[in-house]
Amino acid sequence: MKEDLLRIEHVSKSYGENRILKDISLTIHRGEVVVVIGPSGCGKSTLLRCVNGLEPIQQGKITLRGELIDGKSRKITAIRQRVGMVFQNYELFPHMTVLENIVLAPVKVQKKGRREAVEEAEKLLARVGLCGKEESYPRELSGGQKQRVAIVRALIMEPEILLFDEVTAALDPEMVREVLDVLLQLAEQGRTMVIVTHEMAFARAVADRVIFIDQGNIVEQGTPEEFFGNPKSERAKKFLRTFEFEPVSGKTAGAGSAVQSVPGI
Amino acid sequence: MPDLGIEVLFAGRNMARMLGGLWVALRISLVSAALGIPSGILLGVVMRMKNPVTKILTRLYLEVVRILPQLVLLFLVFFGTTRMFGWNLEAETAAIIVFTFWGTAEMGDLVRGALAGIPAHQYESGAALGLTMPQIYRFIVIPQTLRRLIPLSINLVTRMIKTTSLVMMIGVVEVLKVTQQIIEANRVAHPQAAFGLYGAVFVFYFLACWPISLLAGYLEKKWS
Repeated sequence: MKEDLLRIEHVSKSYGENRILKDISLTIHRGEVVVVIGPSGCGKSTLLRCVNGLEPIQQGKITLRGELIDGKSRKITAIRQRVGMVFQNYELFPHMTVLENIVLAPVKVQKKGRREAVEEAEKLLARVGLCGKEESYPRELSGGQKQRVAIVRALIMEPEILLFDEVTAALDPEMVREVLDVLLQLAEQGRTMVIVTHEMAFARAVADRVIFIDQGNIVEQGTPEEFFGNPKSERAKKFLRTFEFEPVSGKTAGAGSAVQSVPGI
Repeated sequence: MPDLGIEVLFAGRNMARMLGGLWVALRISLVSAALGIPSGILLGVVMRMKNPVTKILTRLYLEVVRILPQLVLLFLVFFGTTRMFGWNLEAETAAIIVFTFWGTAEMGDLVRGALAGIPAHQYESGAALGLTMPQIYRFIVIPQTLRRLIPLSINLVTRMIKTTSLVMMIGVVEVLKVTQQIIEANRVAHPQAAFGLYGAVFVFYFLACWPISLLAGYLEKKWS
């Protein structure tokens, strides 16, 4: 069995009366790719935000290799360097070039030498197909390019675990692929990742384990083959059916004849 | 060629006196801006606090400044304080007090708006990289806020310069007052001088404000 990297134990989280996460427990092993899916508002993004202490939790605890993650603790900045996060809307810093965006944290937080950080940034940019974009500003990039920069910005910190929060949800369809390819590449390198996504085909390809969350509970989990091939819960079956479309009956045959039958055409 | 009063402008020390008056107007607005902009920045930070007491007080201050015409404020500070407290303020001092009071409120609201305009996600993505709160402010929030603020505060300065034309009403001899005096003195010899001289005032204000506006426009474009 691989080492447990991240432990989420009996975590509950609410906004006022509204309970977002209800007694969630989940262990993520080193090198594992976990894909979290579920309907909008089920709490999957909130779960990610709790994992790097951006949201306080009311009950339970989250630990990274035994170290408690607590947004209010002084040690949180040290923990966050070990937990990379990529957001839905990229959240690059608009006043900085691509290169400055990437080297800010290694230079200011990890106190790496600037030259070393720049070299590393260039290497990583080349790997995601963004060679030559170092001096561009975020506003000059496409959504897919911005998201790849955001991934590099997280990667350069050499995090032990990477969190991806619906990173393709704001992208045009043709740009989704270029970002997902980067994620697949990272999975092949054996990185530990937690990916929240609505891209089911991608989830199936990249996941070691699929977690299905609904109304703040983990309803079902399993390998992608189990989950997508033979979902056990009614809720998961219903959710997966929303991604399927039946052909509209009689559309191809009927449409032509209907037109012909209209008098005068 | 009709007599537009151009020769009055160049007669004697008239032009120098008018430029001297312009300098009085610029001095009042620049001193007020130099005092009002830093205190406005502080005010803007205070306005962002969640404390209900500071919220109400700063809101009240801003509304008072917005509702009262600047001329009323000028009369209140110049004449009112003499009657009430027996203060004998110089007209220029009174003008600087009013313009600073006004500029602080306006600047405070600009700063509040600029700070509020930085999305929460910018703080979060900084935090997610392991930056501390002071680092997030230093590298992410303040540079972005400044970029938004500099064009806006430059516009505030040009508004101040233009509004100084009111201070003649409390007896400050600035460019407009000087011009009126020259026109009065030449009423008989050059009855049309008003057109040429007020035209010159127009050009003076334009020359004072235009470069500042250009700078604001340039910075706005550069940082958009």
